[in-house]
Amino acid sequence: MDKYLLRGAVEELLAAYAQCLDTDKLEEWPDFFTDPCLYQVIPRENDAQGLPIALIYCDSRGMLRDRVVAHRQANIYGPHAYRHLISSVRVREESEGKVIVHATYAVLRTLLDPVHYGRTEVYSAGEYRDVLVWVDGQLKVREKTVVVDTCRIDSLLVTPL
Amino acid sequence: MPPAVDSISPAPSIAWPRSEGVRVPYQVFLDPAIYAQEQDRIFRGPTWNYVALEAELPRPGDFKATFVGDTPVVVTRDRTGDLHAFVNRCAHRGALVCREPRGNRLRHTCVYHQWTYDAQGNLVGVPFRSGIDGKGGYPPDFDPRQHGLHKLRVATSHGLIFASFASTVEPLEEYLGPTMRQWLDRLFTRPIRLLGHTRQFVHANWKLYAENVRDPYHASLLHLFHATFGLYRSTQGGGVWLDRLGRHSVLHSYRRDAETEAAAYQQAGLRSYQAQYTLADPSLLAGRQEFPGLVIQTIFPSLVVQQIQNTLAVRQILPKAVDAFELIFTFFGYEDDDEEMLQIRRKQANLVGPAGLISMEDGHATEIVQQAIVRDHAASSLVEMGGRTVEDQENLVTETGIRGFWRYYGALMGFTDLPTEVAHG
Repeated sequence: MDKYLLRGAVEELLAAYAQCLDTDKLEEWPDFFTDPCLYQVIPRENDAQGLPIALIYCDSRGMLRDRVVAHRQANIYGPHAYRHLISSVRVREESEGKVIVHATYAVLRTLLDPVHYGRTEVYSAGEYRDVLVWVDGQLKVREKTVVVDTCRIDSLLVTPL
Repeated sequence: MPPAVDSISPAPSIAWPRSEGVRVPYQVFLDPAIYAQEQDRIFRGPTWNYVALEAELPRPGDFKATFVGDTPVVVTRDRTGDLHAFVNRCAHRGALVCREPRGNRLRHTCVYHQWTYDAQGNLVGVPFRSGIDGKGGYPPDFDPRQHGLHKLRVATSHGLIFASFASTVEPLEEYLGPTMRQWLDRLFTRPIRLLGHTRQFVHANWKLYAENVRDPYHASLLHLFHATFGLYRSTQGGGVWLDRLGRHSVLHSYRRDAETEAAAYQQAGLRSYQAQYTLADPSLLAGRQEFPGLVIQTIFPSLVVQQIQNTLAVRQILPKAVDAFELIFTFFGYEDDDEEMLQIRRKQANLVGPAGLISMEDGHATEIVQQAIVRDHAASSLVEMGGRTVEDQENLVTETGIRGFWRYYGALMGFTDLPTEVAHG
């Protein structure tokens, strides 16, 4: 595939992914992934030491859905909103239409509880390591490893990165 | 034996209630003078503070930079395999000696003036000690043996490394006591394998978390994921067991039959017994029968040991300010785990930690207390669930462990006398 067309498609996917999370359309989030898939949020210190434990580890679209249901129905946390800033996107096409993507991200979190209402802070910075595949003419995420530099999580992590 | 304290700072002014343990003045979560005194009397006092797993320092020369209370310390393993701990503060002019979180070396050199220490914390090198061309340098009576790093006592039990500033603290095995040792025996049956860390910074006083992990009452009411999937409910069997002074605790729960539990919830009309929703992917909870039930064990002041299904972890509580603490989860399995078991532990780690489906709320719960009490130093919390005594209780609707914590805390802080020993059920 033409590398500029491919790059355009990857950047569009990343932007759509960010918009989905930043506009609280979490129910649509699992649809970005294939099934099975891998979505893991792993602290950079574990990744660097080859230690397997992640903050979030999902290996099916069902597990992603369960995260969303828990977010909506079970988990208790302060109301907040995200803004993803994704940049330094690198795209490499492998055989069989497999696309390897590296990108950096930063997430600004705005707190919406009454005590901190309207306060924005840098919540998380890190790297996306994605493996994308074409499914029915659309790019889907087969693997997304979010390597979190900000491994000291502020308060908690409930909304996906 | 009354707690002996190595260094005593003047007591902050506090009206410590006679009904200590049952009423807790919010001042203890708000007052910087109390926070400072805790560093002296608790973290540098007659306590054993968890600092690392032995599995984190397997080889000679391995080191880990961590904290006892908010004092930076380094834990090391020397050439012969012995463990040591020292304050991470150069004996010369006070700089951090070890500036990396972990690594392997047998010499630690302060970057400021390159004073060098061995893995035991002894001073072994001072640049220009005799000056240059007969000028400068240290006086002839300079004795490097007098200028080592501030060493802590170190002891291990069950692969857990503890350190203490106090020369007077009882031996670790005695400090843990037979009940706590027995519960550690249950978990640490064979060599463990380190699986990773997660860290959480919580904007609340560390003692709100010490309460939280001694509190089975909240477990099924705050953590709705837990309840909905039947991992834990207050209607389960279980109880709280304490050491002889009530400072350490074990919270253990196990399943009774599902219908009895559900009926009790529906009868009480509680929000956390929702119509059970189904996991789209139940593999999250598919584990192996390894241990019956769930155990949250606390060792005063800074350690929590957990076994929730197949997730095994220690949690280190590190106070950072009167209104902030860091919580570090260190996950482990066993050296003889097969690949499938490793995958189970990896997947079930979703349950706990900062993004834990059944634990993320704990930090939040402590934060909303900190936010609400802000101006009410003299008001107090109510800790009467399960009565007003400190004792072992074989039920999960009790705050006996929290009362035990506060009674011992009050004594160490000099607010009151040492508590009488706990009645064991």
